[in-house]
Amino acid sequence: MNVQNPIQFEPITAAHSGPVELTILPEATRFNLRIDPAGLAAASTAFGVDLPERIGGWAESATRSAICLGPDEWVLLAEETDRQAIEASFAGIYSDVPHSLTDISDREIAIEITGDRAAELLTVACPRNLDAIAPGSGVRTLFDSAQVVLYRDTSDKFRIEVWRSFFPHVWELLIIANKELASGL
Amino acid sequence: MLLIHCPYCDETLPELEFAYAGEAHIDRPEDPSAMTDEEWRDFLFIRNNKRGTHFERWRHINGCARFFNAVRDTVSDKFLTTYKAGTPRPSDAELEELGK
Repeated sequence: MNVQNPIQFEPITAAHSGPVELTILPEATRFNLRIDPAGLAAASTAFGVDLPERIGGWAESATRSAICLGPDEWVLLAEETDRQAIEASFAGIYSDVPHSLTDISDREIAIEITGDRAAELLTVACPRNLDAIAPGSGVRTLFDSAQVVLYRDTSDKFRIEVWRSFFPHVWELLIIANKELASGL
Repeated sequence: MLLIHCPYCDETLPELEFAYAGEAHIDRPEDPSAMTDEEWRDFLFIRNNKRGTHFERWRHINGCARFFNAVRDTVSDKFLTTYKAGTPRPSDAELEELGK
């Protein structure tokens, strides 16, 4: 993905300012799904992934994944080309299971954070206890003052999805914190 | 920083993720057009401002986004308990047990 840094007007895809690798992930399809948990089985069939019931749960299939953010709220992630197929399959169950499926693909930018000290880097601005977020789960939380969805793939690999308008702030903050790690501060 | 237990997430999380939302258990008027100006004033603006055990609403705005109720001691700032919106308030006996 080409994301322009508003100050430098150069496309940026990654930053190597310290021990932690920061990468901007390619565009993906994201949907916000609000549905009564009673209709979860039908929604799981429509999406092709068993939607997790516990808040913070993150379920994956080969190319799709779903995270539970609230008692009746999920975010569905898929490849960019899958958008219309997902919309069509959810439209098929709408008459039986009323729900709201909102396309938020363009609202967010995903940053991948990898390295032994990734968790340490995130503690700079995230108030959560990162040890309590198990690999393979995720939460909606804060990063500095910006609301983000934080995914933990493995113990040293995280992903932040942040609203486009907050991205420059979060990105610069990550780079500065990474430099601090490199300099031993 | 306060640590608040969200009854929906079932986790104890930092205060930064939450927003305070005023006193809890204030019923909306059943017949608004029959109310006098004084009753409207009381409904909209007059609050307990209690010293001690206070029933209040919070919202886990930067998390699961749900409103819930909490019982907090306004002197010690300790949360006695939190419970889901729509459930009845804990009895005095239950609160006394929690306060020990």
